[in-house]
Amino acid sequence: MTQQEALFQYTLRLGDTSLIHAQRLSEWCSNGPILEEDLALTNFALDFIGRSQVLLTYAGALEGKGRTDDMLAYRRNERQYFNCLLAELPNGDFGVTMVRLLFLAAFEKELFTALQNSEDETLAALAKKTLKEVRYHLEHAADWVIRLGNGTEESHARVQKAVNELWMFTGDMFDMDETDKLLIAADIAVDLSTIKTKWDNYISGVLEAANLQQPTSSYMQSGSKNAIHTEYLGHLLGEMQYLQLAYPYAKW
Amino acid sequence: MNDTTTINAKEEALLARFEEKVQNGDAIEPRDWMPEKYRKHLIRQISQHAHSEVIGMQPEGNWVTRAPSLRAKQILLAKIQDEGGHGLYLYSACETLGISREEMIEQLQSGKAKYSNIFNYQTLNWADIGAVGWLVDGAAIVNQVSLQRTSYAPYSRAMVRICKEESFHQRQGYEIMAEMAKGTPEQSEMAQDALNRWWWPSLMMFGPHDGDSPRSADAFRWKIKRQTNDELRQKFIDKTVQQAEVIGLTIPDPDLKWNEEKQCYDYGKINWEEFNQVINGNGPCNKQRIDHHKRVHTEGAWVREAAEAYRLKTQNN
Repeated sequence: MTQQEALFQYTLRLGDTSLIHAQRLSEWCSNGPILEEDLALTNFALDFIGRSQVLLTYAGALEGKGRTDDMLAYRRNERQYFNCLLAELPNGDFGVTMVRLLFLAAFEKELFTALQNSEDETLAALAKKTLKEVRYHLEHAADWVIRLGNGTEESHARVQKAVNELWMFTGDMFDMDETDKLLIAADIAVDLSTIKTKWDNYISGVLEAANLQQPTSSYMQSGSKNAIHTEYLGHLLGEMQYLQLAYPYAKW
Repeated sequence: MNDTTTINAKEEALLARFEEKVQNGDAIEPRDWMPEKYRKHLIRQISQHAHSEVIGMQPEGNWVTRAPSLRAKQILLAKIQDEGGHGLYLYSACETLGISREEMIEQLQSGKAKYSNIFNYQTLNWADIGAVGWLVDGAAIVNQVSLQRTSYAPYSRAMVRICKEESFHQRQGYEIMAEMAKGTPEQSEMAQDALNRWWWPSLMMFGPHDGDSPRSADAFRWKIKRQTNDELRQKFIDKTVQQAEVIGLTIPDPDLKWNEEKQCYDYGKINWEEFNQVINGNGPCNKQRIDHHKRVHTEGAWVREAAEAYRLKTQNN
């Protein structure tokens, strides 16, 4: 693997996670528990789409085969997608969506903070710009998890269930392989083991403030770095790519 | 003079002052005295407008996850977000008249309050998203531009803001239609199909012909309404026909022709039977829209309750 190929792969992962999370959040459109929250969730979806456009366009340029952001988004199947597993999981109730956002945004905050110092100027610039959004997403998610954890008996039970169910997918975010190692050596990628402790500490703090138990199970499902996904991703892509696949020669 | 006559005399003086103010073109602010009928008329109209923005999120939301490009998805999501935002500030404008958002939602769900009939139609292909922007927002703008000068100030202010965003939506919708009209044969077929299905319901958005429009007299005298249904409908037709021609689509009305003398288009007979059917609940999506609203509201109840419980807990500490 050349450095260029590794960087393509790395950028694709970041872009895919943004895009798939955006797709999930956009499903909340007209389904929010209050109008304000409907708007907040679709606003975050817009942030994620914007980020994925930048990343997928950059990935296409790195690959050098003329693929655009849309071609990468709409013409790959589930074994060619590299988003982390958490992003693709179904929305569940509002609690599940907020816990997922909390886990992901806490990860992204540490990731992009470190990535600001990347030797790759494009990624460094994107990280800097993205951090502002990520901080806001994180604050929003943490506020809600704390509110739901301390709200009513029902909200406490629901958000605890969400934490329990999503927990086993959190390890996948921190998995690293040859791609990471090669780019870490070149000071381009972030060594995810260095941000894991920060993530752990932050999440423990929020769960404690929310009066929630941190799951003790140590089983972590991984796979996204090898494009081994949950069964949910295929359906998500089937819906998202429908028009492009049904009318392959059309421009939209 | 007994108490009742004093009160009546006072009321009459207030009413006279109110009428004079409105006739002079002065705006009415929430704290100003206003007749009960004026307040009721506005609550009905503004809440209907707010509900339309919110229910309208459903037919457009129907295509968010299937938008055919990242840019298209972004534009559509941003548009729906604008509509939701319009809903929010219209609810706020309506609250200045002494009704809560909860009450308005209750009235929507019970059927007491209405929303625009147009959202009881389906969005069946991607071109429908273009048609909704081009025709539905296009029709809404014609109406709303006129409402920028409405007499109730919070409503008028909301309209000024809303109009700016709606004209943007209308251009985006037209852009989708134009792209598709000149695209593959399947795409131009979808575009024409969408126009065929949305044209007549869009004309119905302006409401019944002037002679059949209830509640109009007060609305005009109080300058809530500034132009008649037929005047607004004509304006919409005249600007839209040319836009269809430019992109090579055909308006589905064989009677449509330019009237040189009147300098506007003559158009065919609107099917008011269909309009009345849909208004009375027998449209393709009436039940679906309200059921969806109720389901989401019920499913979100635990979140709202939790937020309220948390607010009370933290307030006490």
